[in-house]
Amino acid sequence: MNVGVCVKRVPETGARITLTPDGQAIDTSLLGFTISPHEECAVEEALRIIEKHGGSTTVLTLGPAAATEQLQNAMAMGIGSAVLLETNGGDWSAEATAAALAEAMRAQPEPFDLVLLGNEAADTADYQVGVRIAQMLGLPCVTGIKGIEIDNGNVIARREAGGGWEIFELPLPAVVTVKEGINLPRYASVRGRLRARKALIERFRPQPRASALETIRLVVPQETETHVEVLGAGAAAAQRVVAVFRELGLVAS
Amino acid sequence: MILGLVDGDPASLEALTFARRFGEVEALVFGDMEVDGYVARARRAVHPRLDEYAPAAWAQAVLELEPEIVVAPGTDRGHEVLAHVAARIEAPLAANVIDAKVDSDVLQLTRQRWGGSLLEEARLTGTPKLLTVALHAIDAEPAGIRTTVDDFTPTLNDEDFRAHVTRREEPTAGNVRLDTARVVVGGGRGVGSKEGFEVLEELANLLGGAVGGSRVVTNLGWRPHSDQVGQTGERIAPDLYIACGVSGAIQHIVGCKSAKRILVINKDQNAPIVARADWAVIGDLHEIVPAIVAELRKNSA
Ligand SMILES: Cc1cc2nc3c(=O)[nH]c(=O)nc-3n(C[C@H](O)[C@H](O)[C@H](O)COP(=O)(O)OP(=O)(O)OC[C@H]3O[C@@H](n4cnc5c(N)ncnc54)[C@H](O)[C@@H]3O)c2cc1C
Ligand SMILES: Nc1ncnc2c1ncn2[C@@H]1O[C@H](COP(=O)(O)O)[C@@H](O)[C@H]1O
Repeated sequence: MNVGVCVKRVPETGARITLTPDGQAIDTSLLGFTISPHEECAVEEALRIIEKHGGSTTVLTLGPAAATEQLQNAMAMGIGSAVLLETNGGDWSAEATAAALAEAMRAQPEPFDLVLLGNEAADTADYQVGVRIAQMLGLPCVTGIKGIEIDNGNVIARREAGGGWEIFELPLPAVVTVKEGINLPRYASVRGRLRARKALIERFRPQPRASALETIRLVVPQETETHVEVLGAGAAAAQRVVAVFRELGLVAS
Repeated sequence: MILGLVDGDPASLEALTFARRFGEVEALVFGDMEVDGYVARARRAVHPRLDEYAPAAWAQAVLELEPEIVVAPGTDRGHEVLAHVAARIEAPLAANVIDAKVDSDVLQLTRQRWGGSLLEEARLTGTPKLLTVALHAIDAEPAGIRTTVDDFTPTLNDEDFRAHVTRREEPTAGNVRLDTARVVVGGGRGVGSKEGFEVLEELANLLGGAVGGSRVVTNLGWRPHSDQVGQTGERIAPDLYIACGVSGAIQHIVGCKSAKRILVINKDQNAPIVARADWAVIGDLHEIVPAIVAELRKNSA
């Protein structure tokens, strides 16, 4: 099995998001960067699949040169090789992102049997790059998956539905987008980190293209102000807490 | 034509309600959900192979109707089907829209990023215009009109069924579901261990609620991921959320901001979640939660 994984570098926002003065982007001057938990799980799933079935793994990202950090983190976990589609930073539309990733996938010497992505990116949350890549490569696709088995050239994929599960079957090669909870990602080993730092990264310079969905500006939503009533400190507050439960009708009075 | 996708989830009715701002809406209904009163016309998709969900086939059915605007709910299926529609015709898709208006041929819209902790104002041009509506962005409201219902059989081929549902597993009965629980007792890093959750479970049981947690506790394996509240977990909307040892990171808050009331138990008065709370108890949750449980038991004895 040859498995490709797509991850996206995003700022690690804290308790509040601060925008740049022009409202076009998040002010990242004080922030670290990460990838979506969904994508961490996609990386882990790729590793588990080849540990079970044999094969190779490649991580791909479209982003600024600094996104090599996210590629190296994936390689430190065990991903074999990495591709950077280098941009000048800034948001790319889902259409342009998918087109660039699909083109890079076509340029791979060995086509991928399985491409894994996150269900939605942590920042733009467009819910579509995986499906677009599948369409461009002519592959079947399912999204929002929390369980994968490879069986006889097919993917058996589980998705949560109304507290239960629906189970999809699709033939390989295929594209699957996953959600956090499909697995518990491993930590990178020290040896993995050393190896990742020296590993070669394949680079492309994709061409941006315009989208008919155009961002005007970003806005931090208004917070509803609550007036917090401090019921007390320590165990002595228990009576007042139960009084609140009673007030809300949660316990009989 | 303004088309509303009905995927079987109750949020479909929110999407139909949202779509009516653009004009007269036709619903494309998969499954047997009733949309009476919401739209003037509904087409029920009927096809021998459509008993089970197949995302690409649903997308093909949408395209066959040649709509100008398509509005779907922000559910797994809604997002997935519209992504297929968008991919097939290389049109943009605006996901999780909370507000929109048409201004000549431009759709001015506001949509959620970062699970709703950031909003994007955008303009969408071209035809068709594809959007999903964020869950609970608006209430479902019938329009008091009579709905005529016809059957509609789309033309589908094998390609459209390469990915499809082959079977389902029903939910296990008896568990209080996190997403619909009236009370959620949430625990974060402050709970300290897997065992630390036992007393939170006791409290949840006494209140007929469910236990939830932050990403830290699911990542540490103290709780299963299905208990996670937040951007990459469940969205909860209980009458009361009791957050114990949770700091209130923005990615956690987006999962619990629909809670009607929040009670925080935290040793740090300056934790961000305290500013979001209705009530707070400041101190060590390992003393406070057992004391609340004891008090509840005393009351019911
Ligand atoms: C893209 C992305 C998606 C994410 N998705 C999610 C998500 O879905 N859900 C989620 O929860 N997080 C998510 N996170 C992680 C999030 O940013 C925070 O790291 C996480 O929510 C913090 O968890 P916590 O509050 O349990 O831990 P901490 O931030 O460490 O807070 C612990 C709190 O416990 C208090 N405390 C400690 N000991 C005690 C005690 N004995 N008694 C009382 N109080 C005590 C402390 O004062 C502190 O406030 C996401 C992050 C990213 C980047
Ligand atoms: N710039 C990018 N580079 C690599 N992968 C991406 C990029 N943008 C999106 N993806 C992948 O596509 C998934 C869905 O993204 P989206 O459709 O933008 O919400 C993400 O979870 C990633 O796996």
